[in-house]
Amino acid sequence: MSKKYDAGVKEYRDTYWTPDYVPLDTDLLACFKCTGQEGVPKEEVAAAVAAESSTGTWSTVWSELLTDLDFYKGRCYRIEDVPGDKESFYAFIAYPLDLFEEGSITNVLTSLVGNVFGFKALRHLRLEDIRFPMAFIKSCYGPPNGIQVERDRMNKYGRPLLGCTIKPKLGLSGKNYGRVVYECLRGGLDFTKDDENINSQPFQRWQNRFEFVAEAIKLSEQETGERKGHYLNVTANTPEEMYERAEFAKELGMPIIMHDFITGGFTANTGLSKWCRKNGMLLHIHRAMHAVIDRHPKHGIHFRVLAKCLRLSGGDQLHTGTVVGKLEGDRQTTLGYIDQLRESFVPEDRSRGNFFDQDWGSMPGVFAVASGGIHVWHMPALVAIFGDDSVLQFGGGTHGHPWGSAAGAAANRVALEACVKARNAGREIEKESRDILMEAGKHSPELAIALETWKEIKFEFDTVDKLDVQN
Amino acid sequence: MPFQSTVGDYQTVATLETFGFLPPMTQDEIYDQIAYIIAQGWSPLVEHVHPSNSMATYWSYWKLPFFGEKDLNVVVSELEACHRAYPDHHVRIVGYDAYTQSQGSCFVVFEGR
Repeated sequence: MSKKYDAGVKEYRDTYWTPDYVPLDTDLLACFKCTGQEGVPKEEVAAAVAAESSTGTWSTVWSELLTDLDFYKGRCYRIEDVPGDKESFYAFIAYPLDLFEEGSITNVLTSLVGNVFGFKALRHLRLEDIRFPMAFIKSCYGPPNGIQVERDRMNKYGRPLLGCTIKPKLGLSGKNYGRVVYECLRGGLDFTKDDENINSQPFQRWQNRFEFVAEAIKLSEQETGERKGHYLNVTANTPEEMYERAEFAKELGMPIIMHDFITGGFTANTGLSKWCRKNGMLLHIHRAMHAVIDRHPKHGIHFRVLAKCLRLSGGDQLHTGTVVGKLEGDRQTTLGYIDQLRESFVPEDRSRGNFFDQDWGSMPGVFAVASGGIHVWHMPALVAIFGDDSVLQFGGGTHGHPWGSAAGAAANRVALEACVKARNAGREIEKESRDILMEAGKHSPELAIALETWKEIKFEFDTVDKLDVQN
Repeated sequence: MPFQSTVGDYQTVATLETFGFLPPMTQDEIYDQIAYIIAQGWSPLVEHVHPSNSMATYWSYWKLPFFGEKDLNVVVSELEACHRAYPDHHVRIVGYDAYTQSQGSCFVVFEGR
């Protein structure tokens, strides 16, 4: 079936729009929300996306004929309307497995969200979801430890874990920073966290911070009889520098380190995750810069894709938003991607924004981290939304307590345990939230004061990025 | 008038992980939690340890996990039997989840001295 070379420009849809194609189990499938320039037919736009994200170039080239391009090309196999939106549509594209290097999320993203996003025939383009085939998943390392191993290491069972970010996020000396860590942990938190902005600034070099934090952890463990940790941020300017910091954390006997996977990059993240697996270290993942990429409803990459990529690249905990706090996040969408982090199989469910069945095989799960503008009054909703395999992090809701961080931590711990106890006993904790918290406050002056302090604070703004549904 | 409070002193407490920050449960409240363990399909398991060793990963099993036990009264009587045999030990109930190889629930019922 050899072809003749015919120089010139062909319409993309002649080659890349294949509505009869039945995707293979080994294909990597993607769903894009496309908004074309006026007058360009949908099929041409969709085919252009398939072409530019796989084998295509704007012009026919002679060297294509040296290979069997039909074997390697991405194909648009389905176009669907976006409910409630006349100008955009979904394009479903299948990519053959051979287009991607084994275990390389970097390679997948370079193809799928590369040049194509600047393509002139498109006004906007958004990658909504990827179905990773099992064959690709088995080539990835995934979380260095996973949920079950983390529970065993930290000895935390039957409830969400409790954490908080150290504040103020910038400007404390190493010793003062360690003091705040100590206060939070002695008050009953399981973890404290470096703010993502903390790397190794002049006011607090990383080594100094690590040493004081290690002392705070050891002391609080002795005094409380519980296991504690602090996410030591090793994000740095070079991978070499990151490994040096990670090695020092290990030398100090610390259980967990932290990385910012988008600003740091997927290659750095995958490398660090492998190091964590080898060295028995838990890995907390922050997501700075995600909202630049995922917030616009018509352009960029949906967070569910970034979350899936992170699970494959590696991390034991990932920030997911809170639904109820100060940061953007719709409830159904959030439930959709926390399933992608934690479950072994997630069925297609458009009401949660999941466009494909996704089988995760034997890949361990990732804890969902809820952090940002939450306080004790949110606790029942958080326990109901996130369930036990989550880390709930109260920053202002811990340090802002009138008695200080230790009392704030205790208030959150009492509230959390009261909610878990009530849920297990069969109570509807969201409906009965007020009663459950007020009852618990009778036995805890710390909680009673926290309830009084934050009783009026709400963050009721409409979500910018909503699920596509007919209104 | 805004809420006023004088600053109190928070005293560190030694606790035994989950539910360590709640007041001791009544008998009915403990039964509710055991009923939850059974309803989830987890196997009840009773463990105990001398308080000097409470941070250890492994506490001693009381007998073996009660695989597939659905009778609340059996679980309660085993907890009590363990407490009688080791009155100075901490005794905890675990909801063992064989699917995840983890503990869906775990809390101390009797605190040793």
